[in-house]
Amino acid sequence: MAQMNLLQAINNALEIAMTENESAVCFGEDVGHFGGVFRATSNLQEKFGKDRCFNTPLTEQGIMGFANGLAAQGSVPIAEIQFADYIFPAFDQIVNESAKFRYRSGNEFNVGNLTIRTPYGGGIAGGLYHSQSPEAYFAHTPGLKIVVPRNPYQAKGLLLAAIRDKNPIIFFEPKKLYRASVGEVPEEDYQLPLGKAEVVKNGTDITLLGWGAQMETIEKSAEMAEKQGVSCEIIDLRSILPWDVDTVAASVQKTGRLLINHEAPLTGGFAGEIAATIQDKCFLHLESPISRVCGLDTPFPLAHEKEYMPDELKTFEAIMASVNY
Amino acid sequence: MDTVKYQEGRVVHQVEAIDGHSVEIPILKILKQDGSVYENADMPAIEQELATKIYKTLAFHRVLDERMTASQRQGRLSFYMSALGEEAASVGSAAGLDDNDMIMAQYREQGALIFRGFSLENFMNQMFSNEKDLGKGRQMPIHYGSQELNYMTVSSPLGTQIPQAAGYAYGQKLKGNKQCTICYFGEGAASEGDFHAGLNMAAVQRSPVIFFCRNNGYAISTPSSEQFAGNGIASRGVGYGIRTIRVDGNDLLAVLKATQDARHYAIENNKPVIIEAMSYRLGAHSTSDDPSGYRTREEEAKYADHDPILRMKNWMLANKWWDETQEEELFETYRKDVLAAVKVAEVIEKPAIEELITDVYDKAPEHLEQQLADLKEHIKKYPDAYPVTAGRL
Repeated sequence: MAQMNLLQAINNALEIAMTENESAVCFGEDVGHFGGVFRATSNLQEKFGKDRCFNTPLTEQGIMGFANGLAAQGSVPIAEIQFADYIFPAFDQIVNESAKFRYRSGNEFNVGNLTIRTPYGGGIAGGLYHSQSPEAYFAHTPGLKIVVPRNPYQAKGLLLAAIRDKNPIIFFEPKKLYRASVGEVPEEDYQLPLGKAEVVKNGTDITLLGWGAQMETIEKSAEMAEKQGVSCEIIDLRSILPWDVDTVAASVQKTGRLLINHEAPLTGGFAGEIAATIQDKCFLHLESPISRVCGLDTPFPLAHEKEYMPDELKTFEAIMASVNY
Repeated sequence: MDTVKYQEGRVVHQVEAIDGHSVEIPILKILKQDGSVYENADMPAIEQELATKIYKTLAFHRVLDERMTASQRQGRLSFYMSALGEEAASVGSAAGLDDNDMIMAQYREQGALIFRGFSLENFMNQMFSNEKDLGKGRQMPIHYGSQELNYMTVSSPLGTQIPQAAGYAYGQKLKGNKQCTICYFGEGAASEGDFHAGLNMAAVQRSPVIFFCRNNGYAISTPSSEQFAGNGIASRGVGYGIRTIRVDGNDLLAVLKATQDARHYAIENNKPVIIEAMSYRLGAHSTSDDPSGYRTREEEAKYADHDPILRMKNWMLANKWWDETQEEELFETYRKDVLAAVKVAEVIEKPAIEELITDVYDKAPEHLEQQLADLKEHIKKYPDAYPVTAGRL
């Protein structure tokens, strides 16, 4: 075991993937010698050469189109979009091409080797173009898998699983935690399962569900609620698509209550999808309405970041309202 | 040095501007309409066997287009796209490649697929979206694809394959197998962002890819004069630092020569090439289009005199590699074959309902299995409403 921050864990996973498979190629804006704006790809160019780790021109559409072609050819592209906010110029290539390559060709061709890494979310004073959480847009698209890790251990194990999975994956990295989150990470190779949620803490009164950077918020709010005598079960969804309905439903059938927390705006956010499914699966077990604590339906603000965020106080209030319903 | 940090050049002290037409782009022509060859023209590598294969491909192409357009008008087929008048572009370029080179087509390159040997049955099964379609009945007619023949399945959104070709060719380079990718698109698709992204990526990453623009004068109803300013699509290649060739797209020998040259250059130097083939779309954009609404019969008649297949035939006749008896027999055979194949393909069953959820992922996830199970229960309850699938459950 070693102490690693989230970036080091990702860098370590990339190095393992590129060592084991010489078809693995990392690219994106500034990812070459500079190691990416957050340094997730540090030292990879030195180790694997400029052919396998390189800077691209400033064209997200070009990066994703190129990555699709490279994956279709049989290589293992690990493409970085510098900020998740900048994934939209590549939307057509991801939604119409990556996601549908296998289906539309009857499996004559596929881009299953593709992994897209991109930093998402607020907490770095990045304002509206460096703070977005666009997972819900992609969750509407069959053919993609969407994964969000919450800490360095999770990041390494999930990223290695994503790179080796035979489907195109968008791997959203909580950039707020890149350096802030440090933990024990095995130096050797390991994988964590995709499409499986993790029960982080057992409890009996309410299920708290989230992913990525919001897991810290949820844990803080749970501590506050515990002091009021409320027993919280905490679940990290880890994969947004496909998502682990069974684990969440089993928990809600036990606790009778569900609170979903995400950073993205409330309207059309993925919490709505979860709420609809869980009320279908658990209707007779529910003791109160399913609660959503999410970002506001505004662009991500700069000055009022704290106000915008679904923080531990808002989450705590929602827990108490649910329990006292 | 490819990288110029600070531009050095001829210094002037008065404004001396250049525009898109300042760079003169020559056009390669080898074959005249009467079948004779221009004096001093560099001939492509072609002998009788290849020439005959090319001509048979052109003939089959024209028969297929005629018959399938007619089938669409009879209501037997939902949609079709013919390549009338520009067949030499796709066939001539495909003939300049190795069978292991990847072809990424837009949608009007059936000529390249015929040349590669896609069977008549395969064409029909795709168009009638039956259970034998390699694409499992998921896309509109003419969206062909074949792993075996290195022909990437066509995708409807325009231009998306351009940056993909840059990536695919980059992978070929890394594997070191001396293969390239050809990527076809029209002059209309060259307006999409993907075109600029793809050319730039290929130039900078040094991908062995041939970007092949069929400049056929129209994007549905929009003439090229409303599509771009400047000197065609070729002039864009110059700006991206890409080797650029403009060719008479109705001159099969010129297209073949340009492609042979481009392939050699791309593979030896690991660099892209752009070929702009100047042609004219004599037919409608698709069976859903009617050109009489946006251009005159006089204009069409002018270009009918440039028929690329007739030009190739004249050359074959002049070489004594072909005669009118062979011509008549060949076309008659193809017409019969195509009609017979339509009759077979149109009555083959549709793909099984299970194919709805395969290939979305490598393995169908649980939620898709559940949705399929629910759907089957529903169909069993209301079989009359779902006649195609109800009887097979």
